Amino acid sequence: MLTLDKLQSSGKKATRDGFGAGLKAAGDKHDNVVMLTADLRGSMKSEEFINAYPDRFIQMGISEANMMGVAAGLSIGGKIPMTTTFANFSTGRVYDQIRQSIAYSDKNVKICASHAGLTLGEDGATHQILEDIGMMRMLPGMTVINPCDYNQTKAAVQAIVEYEGPCYLRFGRPSWPIFIPEDTKFEIGKALPLSEGTDVSIFATGHLVWYAVEAARELEKEGISVDLINIHTIKPLDEEAVIASAKKTGAVVSCEEHNMYGGLGSAIAECLSKHQPTAQEYVATKDTFGESGEAEELLEKYGLGVKDIIAAAKKAVGRKK
Amino acid sequence: MADIQELKRIASQVRRDIIREVYGCQSGHPGGALGNTDLFVALYFEVMKHDPSFNMEAHGEDVFFLSNGHISPVFYSVLARSGYFPVEELRTFRAINSRLQGHPTTHEGLPGIRIASGSLGQGVSVACGMAIQKRMDGDDRTVFVLTGDGEQQEGQIWEAALFAPHNKLENLVLIIDDNGQQIDGPTREVLRLGSFADKYAAFGWDVMQMDGNNMEETIKVLQEARAKRNGKPTCIVMKTEMGMGVDFMVGTHHWHGKAPNKEQAEDALSQLEETLGDFPEEGI
Repeated sequence: MLTLDKLQSSGKKATRDGFGAGLKAAGDKHDNVVMLTADLRGSMKSEEFINAYPDRFIQMGISEANMMGVAAGLSIGGKIPMTTTFANFSTGRVYDQIRQSIAYSDKNVKICASHAGLTLGEDGATHQILEDIGMMRMLPGMTVINPCDYNQTKAAVQAIVEYEGPCYLRFGRPSWPIFIPEDTKFEIGKALPLSEGTDVSIFATGHLVWYAVEAARELEKEGISVDLINIHTIKPLDEEAVIASAKKTGAVVSCEEHNMYGGLGSAIAECLSKHQPTAQEYVATKDTFGESGEAEELLEKYGLGVKDIIAAAKKAVGRKK
Repeated sequence: MADIQELKRIASQVRRDIIREVYGCQSGHPGGALGNTDLFVALYFEVMKHDPSFNMEAHGEDVFFLSNGHISPVFYSVLARSGYFPVEELRTFRAINSRLQGHPTTHEGLPGIRIASGSLGQGVSVACGMAIQKRMDGDDRTVFVLTGDGEQQEGQIWEAALFAPHNKLENLVLIIDDNGQQIDGPTREVLRLGSFADKYAAFGWDVMQMDGNNMEETIKVLQEARAKRNGKPTCIVMKTEMGMGVDFMVGTHHWHGKAPNKEQAEDALSQLEETLGDFPEEGI
């Protein structure tokens, strides 16, 4: 069982570096893993895999729609294709290709999407997708995962390769604290409890999990006991864990680097409104596009900072009946 | 050596099936299905090595993908007539709880279908993927894919058109149904496509031409394309007449996506010999 004390940063690396390491490890273990990229092999931190297995690497050029179709075709004969590009070009740009050729066709394709969210930074709103979790969650049969640090991303890659079915794996660009212990088991669809508490539930995914840990430390100092849970798999949602925590605390905060509509917050609200109606606060972007800037200053400007999580938790506690 | 007369007899029955499928549910796309009948019969009854007991992975088999999924009535008929599923099931075309969806899908588990199609422009990419997989696994069989000509207006097609020659997909055969028609009218009026032969040659494909309503020529060209291994993918520009086999449906886009009424269906069927036995269908 993890506790706040055990969740200390052991250094910084990007989640996309975790993807690269996980891909190499999955490639070592499974000789049917094939990587495709749409002109972003460097950004995807995949050189180790490409150098080890050049015959299992397919350079698509800047043609994401074709990449999704080629991946679907590869999977028919038994390959495990991993498509790689930025999250924006992995989802909205190719939604119909994913819908028809992958999801509806039940294809075992892994859509690996980097540079998601505001933390992509300086490139600005054209590239900062904040709607992708919602889009992908809507597709029947699609598994949606947003790991929170290097170690968890690496473990998630292994897990999706060993799972049969279409998956969307969302990770990011910036160097970010590594705090999930390396030996932590990654189970698709299973929430990861980070700290037990009784006053408020904080459900967090992706980069904001680290901020939620820091917020929880502050809240505990102020005497508010936090039930902190990492939801790395947004679909299928670990409903049992969400319901049990909400039942225990009676107040909920969701934290994600995504629009307030359609993402983790929506998934939790859908679950709780049905099974355990609970006051909920959303730490998410407020139905807006992003802009250029540095990763952490953008998170702060758009209301996704540590102080925003603390405020949301207090507000949720205040709303308890 | 192909028995052309026998293949023509099969084609006549397949055309009857198409009319009866579309009449039965009063929807669907008879025009393109009729025009492509000879191609489908040639592929499934003569050219391709394939196994109707159906295994999705198709190791050691030639594979066909239908990218323009709306001509599903001909696909279903040929799959049923070549043993993938019972011919009687054709009567369920487009009905509720059927495996024969309006557009082909793997989702209902219909044997013979390996990818969903309907939203246009996606099949060539899928075929490229399977052609690469076969090469990676040392399987020297050929991957065929059919698109409509109007479908060539989709942008994704041209991504795949760049990709296949760059990757020397010599085991890939793209067939374009060049019937000059699309839903809103002649392709030259809707959005001019120009010369497919010139375009694909410029992209680095081997280009072949054939009359897709001439069984002898269709088989000859398909066999040549299947066997060819020269480092280039093949594009066959196939001339067909939409509605071929039924005089009042020939050469017009009016029957692209429209079902005949009872009188029209009976007129059509009177022009097509029943050779293998019709599937049971009430009222016709």
